[in-house]
Amino acid sequence: MARKVNLRIWRGDSTSGSLQNVEVDANEGEVVLDVIHRVQATQMGDLAVRWNCKAGKCGSCSMEINGKPRLACMTRMSSFEEGEEITVTPLRAFPVIKDLVTDVSFNYKKALEIPAYEHPADLGPGEARMEQIDVERSQEFRKCIECFLCQDTCHVIRDHEENKKSFAGPRFFIRIAELDMHPLDMLKNRKRTAQEEHGLGMCNITKCCTEVCPEHIRITDNAIIPMKERVVDVKYDPARWLGSKIRRREGS
Amino acid sequence: MSGVFSPSRAEIKERTLRTDKWWLQPLATFGVLFSFVIYATFRAFEGANYYADHLISPFYSPCLSEACVPEATIGGWTPISAQVFNFALSPALIILIFPLGFRMTCYYYRKAYYRAFWMSPPACAVAEPHKKYTGETRQPLILQNAHRWFFYAGLIFNIILTYDAIISFKNKEGEWGHMSVGSLVLVFSTVMLWMYSLSCHTCRHTIGGRLKHFSKHPIRYKAWTTISKLNHSHALFAWISLFGVAFADIYVRQVASGAWTNFYFF
Amino acid sequence: MTELERYKYDVLVIGAGGAGLRAAVEAREAGLRVAIICKSLFGKAHTVMAEGGAAASMGNVNSGDNWQVHFRDTMRGGKFLNHYRMAELHAKESPDRIYELEMWGALFDRTKEGKISQRNFGGHEYPRLAHVGDRTGLELIRTMQQKIVQLQQKDAREYGDAQANIRVFAELTITEIIKESGKIAGAYGYWREGGNEVLFEAPAVIIATGGVGKTFKITSNSWEGTGDGHALALKAGANLVDMEFLQFHPTGMVWPPSVRGILVTESVRGEGGVLTNTLGERFMFKYIPEVFKDKYADNEEEADRWYLDQDNNRRPPELLPRDEVARAINSEVKAGRGTEHGGVFLDVSKRIPAEVIKKRLPSMWHQFYELAGVDITKEAMEVGPTCHYVMGGVEVEPDTAAAVGVPGLYAAGEVAGGMHGSNRLGGNSLSDLLVFGRRAGMGAAAYVKSVTAVAVSEASVKAAADRIQVPFTNSGGENAYSLHQELQEITHNLVGIIRTGSELKDAIAKIADIRARSKNVSVAGDRKFNPGFHLAFDLDNMLLVAESTAKSAIEREESRGGHTRDDFPGMNDKWRQVNHISSFNGQEVIVRQQALPAIPKELFDLFDIHELEKYMTPEEIAKGGSN
Ligand SMILES: Cc1cc2nc3c(=O)[nH]c(=O)nc-3n(C[C@H](O)[C@H](O)[C@H](O)COP(=O)(O)OP(=O)(O)OC[C@H]3O[C@@H](n4cnc5c(N)ncnc54)[C@H](O)[C@@H]3O)c2cc1C
Ligand code: SF4
Ligand code: SF4
Ligand code: FES
Ligand code: FES
Repeated sequence: MARKVNLRIWRGDSTSGSLQNVEVDANEGEVVLDVIHRVQATQMGDLAVRWNCKAGKCGSCSMEINGKPRLACMTRMSSFEEGEEITVTPLRAFPVIKDLVTDVSFNYKKALEIPAYEHPADLGPGEARMEQIDVERSQEFRKCIECFLCQDTCHVIRDHEENKKSFAGPRFFIRIAELDMHPLDMLKNRKRTAQEEHGLGMCNITKCCTEVCPEHIRITDNAIIPMKERVVDVKYDPARWLGSKIRRREGS
Repeated sequence: MSGVFSPSRAEIKERTLRTDKWWLQPLATFGVLFSFVIYATFRAFEGANYYADHLISPFYSPCLSEACVPEATIGGWTPISAQVFNFALSPALIILIFPLGFRMTCYYYRKAYYRAFWMSPPACAVAEPHKKYTGETRQPLILQNAHRWFFYAGLIFNIILTYDAIISFKNKEGEWGHMSVGSLVLVFSTVMLWMYSLSCHTCRHTIGGRLKHFSKHPIRYKAWTTISKLNHSHALFAWISLFGVAFADIYVRQVASGAWTNFYFF
Repeated sequence: MTELERYKYDVLVIGAGGAGLRAAVEAREAGLRVAIICKSLFGKAHTVMAEGGAAASMGNVNSGDNWQVHFRDTMRGGKFLNHYRMAELHAKESPDRIYELEMWGALFDRTKEGKISQRNFGGHEYPRLAHVGDRTGLELIRTMQQKIVQLQQKDAREYGDAQANIRVFAELTITEIIKESGKIAGAYGYWREGGNEVLFEAPAVIIATGGVGKTFKITSNSWEGTGDGHALALKAGANLVDMEFLQFHPTGMVWPPSVRGILVTESVRGEGGVLTNTLGERFMFKYIPEVFKDKYADNEEEADRWYLDQDNNRRPPELLPRDEVARAINSEVKAGRGTEHGGVFLDVSKRIPAEVIKKRLPSMWHQFYELAGVDITKEAMEVGPTCHYVMGGVEVEPDTAAAVGVPGLYAAGEVAGGMHGSNRLGGNSLSDLLVFGRRAGMGAAAYVKSVTAVAVSEASVKAAADRIQVPFTNSGGENAYSLHQELQEITHNLVGIIRTGSELKDAIAKIADIRARSKNVSVAGDRKFNPGFHLAFDLDNMLLVAESTAKSAIEREESRGGHTRDDFPGMNDKWRQVNHISSFNGQEVIVRQQALPAIPKELFDLFDIHELEKYMTPEEIAKGGSN
């Protein structure tokens, strides 16, 4: 059953833009991305939007729907009230390129700043042995589809452009946590650099990243807070610091 | 212009386009926490009505001041003088820093008050009103990293309050094996405090979170799994234990002031 | 018009899926300067959607596994139309490629002994698929993405510039591969963001552009699967081999329209899912082919018993090979016993308790619940065949992945042909990407070191630039969206799962007609991130691919793997010896026959002679391999 819905779509580019009203059909079972595609095919041929998989697996279709950072392909039209106006805008933490497409290069720059995985030099191909329970924590973080919704919602950079220099953002805190918890990673100073170079201390654990993550990764509870505790271990806990000096042993 | 109004961002004048009642949660949090603070301040300065019939208010335990009612002290141990610089110090004020510090530095409460009191941010994807933001990188907020010390102190308090709860199983005459509504109130409040502490993130980290190889520490791994489950509900325990403590104090106060009588089941 | 952007590299990799990234790493590690180009953002290529796993005979779960067994399975799956050498290399090298990923930080699921765990999959004799839950493709992409970041970090330390020697050009579409005096000289394209044009000069180009699913109406592929690489290769003078072979996965979602084609994993049937038509009939019993009669149950009682006792009962017919099930569903729908949305019912709710479904099929439960509003623990799913994978592709030299006939051109991954024969086994694609991605990187590196680069001529630049301008100067012409829809209808109806000579003939004519009209496509708006403009170019590629598929399909007068002719049912041993080679003469696709390379003796001897008799002519058997 097709019904008419009212959409307010942000159109414009980095110089100017505004919300434009369109009326469009929505069929049973459709998601916001379908309706946007219909607008594109019938009314606005040059409406810019990113998407790939249409199944919540690639993290391309990130935008803000009624003010909330979401995947358009996973937001069902039936989740809105009959007659409710639906506002669709590009991500508001990143520079806009055109319409619903933003410049997310910030995230790729940050990815480049996180030191890569370091494999033990003496372990050849096929020699690695890891227990399932030892890889599970990192596996949760590797579910990340890089939709960057968490980065978009994080007030540290959303509301403070100037913090972008010094703050890696939740997506990369889970990357750091993933590596710090990786059973074989050899790089030792991840905790310290997390705090000193990647801005872990800027996060005030207000949990918006966790709220928006479409993969339901428990970013704050399982990555950021554990990393904060690990940072305390090496930086702010004199007792552990002393202990580690005496025993010369990292928590293993 | 900064934040969402920066020149490079999509030009939208609203601070947020959220259409749901996003302000409800911070408002409620603010209301409840604020009421608690008012009540707690009043009680902390009251310096009376904290002991009755082997029920000790958690606000006043351990009671370490010379001003304490003898029954409320730990075997009469009162190392702190009643007056400091000519100021009559309520016994609550001596110890309150510990539970207060514990909760202030708690990862959950931080979220709650940063949002509700400091509006940083008020809710997700709602622009915050501050010009500058440095998070927990400088004084005073860098002190949040001291949470583990408050956690350890919290454990000691929990032990003392557990002792208090056990004492409450005495009757007025001091004989064991009796139970009153007051005993239930104290037991509930203490159990919830334990749950709150056990579900704490620092606890989770200490028990096993800091390990790299769980498989080499099977017992700690098991403990970590259990604590992790509790940790899911840390926010819930934070609230219930807060209400639990507040209610225990109210109950003791009412009984001590004679407004309510403590009913004994046996 | 802004200034043309120009870059010079040693190796150009078109595509940032598994194959492209693996090739880029190899070429970079050989000391070359590499550019990676992709249409989407970095890390979004189609490979992220792969679920099941990557096949490699590591033998971690069953030590009986080895490359010979994997090789046999692959040849059998492809109905012996595979290029033996590719299948051999693939089977031998897959384990090393998986271990390599682990050394780059990948975290596969583990066995009890701490090794990489492996799971069962259709057509694989032993548990063989290395996996991470149901997101193996994501792990693959991310690991290689991070490997590339690592290489860039190293360059940053050494040269002060992370992009000094390996750079990713994301959201850039290549429209032309440029040759000068018969050799590869570079490629031309445009930034999707701004529409401005870019010239890459490089002596070697590796095509790793993935599949062609978007040529079809119902597909599990994303918008990127428009066969660009197939078309680019054709236009550059390379050949496509066996384009008639397309894999239709039997169970894609059909309703609601928004999710049409999205994959419903094979495990649903493995867990006891039952297929029924609108009459409530469990129709698969009617479709058991003669050769499988002794392995599949012919009555419901026995089929149901199989789930409890697999030793004394035959398997339910729902678990027949993918092509059989897809054809059966198709016939039911054509006979009017399908749902109003053109599918059939797949039901697990009657057999399995709700909690068990949620535990064993978590992502499927989630997918249907979130996207279709269907609770599969209570209701049936509606499913139908969906175009999933193209077996055909660029004809390459197996050892180097060099495209036959074009010096400097390489192809790897789904875009390359030959490896999978007429039908691909699940899990063999991800390992294919790694094995041949690496070989393409090595091949290109060796080539680059042996030649001197030729400059791209201004004439070639102008020709490429002019072509991009066309849709903007066309006026009042055709709409790319509607032409695309028309094409999809044609392929779906006439070149789909079941084909007949007359329909194919019809299709060829209609495709030619659309191709003629597509010259008049005009687009609204300007060049800035304009999807209408992008589609105009993708459309051109899809038309070439569709033409090649239809023309190869009409030639092959037999049914084998991913090619079914209603008018020629059954396999024909003679046709097994034939590959179809498509080439492009500037006007249209020409298809000719070419002899399939004969399998050498040492590989021939790996098989039981009775099995080979099913596929080979008596003369071939008598020869016993090629040497
Ligand atoms: C739902 C689903 C599940 C699957 N599950 C499995 C599985 O479990 N196991 C398995 O082995 N296989 C599976 N497959 C198949 C497998 O995922 C694909 O065959 C494989 O990922 C193809 O990889 P590729 O590297 O060849 O190309 P792709 O990953 O498709 O990448 C193509 C790249 O080329 C770029 N590109 C294309 N055209 C151009 C152009 N003109 N200019 C610039 N760049 C261009 C694209 O942007 C993209 O980066 C599955 C497929 C699907 C759809
Ligand atoms: S919890 Fe930290 S990282 Fe996450 S959104 Fe809030 S401030 Fe940002
Ligand atoms: S952590 Fe979650 S929200 Fe952030 S990028 Fe990854 S999937 Fe998206
Ligand atoms: S399109 Fe892939 S996540 Fe939405
Ligand atoms: S008490 Fe809340 S996190 Fe420690």
